[in-house]
Amino acid sequence: MALPVDAQAESAGYAHPERLVSTAWLAEHLGQPGLVVVESDEDVLLYDTGHVPGSVKVDWHTELNDPVTRDYVDGERFAALMRAKGISRDSTVVIYGDRNNWWAAYALWVFTLFGHPDVRLLDGGRAKWAAEGRELTTAVPEPVAADYPVVERDDSRVRAFKDDVLAHLGSPLIDVRSPGEYTGELLHMPDYPQEGAVRGGHVPGARNVPWATAAAEDATFRPLEELRALYEGGAGLSPEDDVVVYCRIGERSSHTWFVLTHLLGYDRVRNYDGSWTEWGNSVRVPIETGSGQ
Amino acid sequence: MSALPAPLEEVVEDFAAVAPRDRLQLLLEMGQELPALPERFASRAGMEQVQECQSPLFLAVEVEQAGPVHLWFDAPAEAPTTRGFAGILRTGLEGASAEQVLAVPDDFYVRLGLAELVSPLRLRGMAAMLARVKGQVRAAS
Repeated sequence: MALPVDAQAESAGYAHPERLVSTAWLAEHLGQPGLVVVESDEDVLLYDTGHVPGSVKVDWHTELNDPVTRDYVDGERFAALMRAKGISRDSTVVIYGDRNNWWAAYALWVFTLFGHPDVRLLDGGRAKWAAEGRELTTAVPEPVAADYPVVERDDSRVRAFKDDVLAHLGSPLIDVRSPGEYTGELLHMPDYPQEGAVRGGHVPGARNVPWATAAAEDATFRPLEELRALYEGGAGLSPEDDVVVYCRIGERSSHTWFVLTHLLGYDRVRNYDGSWTEWGNSVRVPIETGSGQ
Repeated sequence: MSALPAPLEEVVEDFAAVAPRDRLQLLLEMGQELPALPERFASRAGMEQVQECQSPLFLAVEVEQAGPVHLWFDAPAEAPTTRGFAGILRTGLEGASAEQVLAVPDDFYVRLGLAELVSPLRLRGMAAMLARVKGQVRAAS
């Protein structure tokens, strides 16, 4: 009972257009059975100021993380969350959010750990929807509890841990943080949050492609050819590469993971969510500083 | 431990008194009550950006000669959490003396009970705002 693929995303030539919908598509399908719209933002209060009618809020910090194990929720808790949000296993879930869909992409990546079959991003996210003057409401829906099975999380396909990255050294790595964080220079700036890492720099061999360069001015993803130029021309990747992406805690790199996996069609992309907060602090783990490329 | 100025103490108590879910609503309201910027700060002249915030946030502090401190904040509507933090500081510290502002413990925000709702990174934005307010008060005193 999946909803149709957005023809606009299809004509853009992306590898997996079924993972992306335009604002026009969403406006047209809003309210249809089988569709659940999810807002996931960096700013925890934004949903409460107005959201896409009928959408439910998912907060990455309080709802997707396990506060004790520094991990994502398990199958039981994910199922409970889905039921509470009115999402069933065959729902088409469209996720959108603020800041170029940064946190929306992160939520989508977590949904992917549980293999939710049909989960899509709203191209342009919240900013584009609002800029087009489309309806936002403060009315909070009361979802009808849905049936969602307990599915065991599968970390093997799209998630990398520190040991995986150590074993991966010498293979393609993309660091999506700002150039200053990448070179290591930012840790020396006064009055700036140090993000809890004792060393500045990057994973040896990583190429720096700041995550937001994949987004256009209006927060939509850049056209296929521009994305290819960025990651293949610029950073030297090829579609058959085994790639690990990372940032500070794995949120910004989820956005790049989405681009490489669903827009460019790479088969083997893993997000290292331990990212710099873990790598930069780890004993006997090598780093590199400077521009490196 | 130094006492908070009475209005700030009141804000802290309001937050502590309600259930976690309602604290977010309170934070939203604090941001909505943030007054508009006076004309003299148009184009943000003389305002300082708080880089630590996840969204653009500018502030200005005016200190009257041996008198009260006035606080001004500019944060976009798309950043209601940041606006909420600014609202807390504005409501809690507007009209306080320089000494009172400087005496506010840097970690007073811990008492708001927001840690379970708002990520540490976001909360650091609030700490940074207070640090910069104090910096401006010191510079003006």
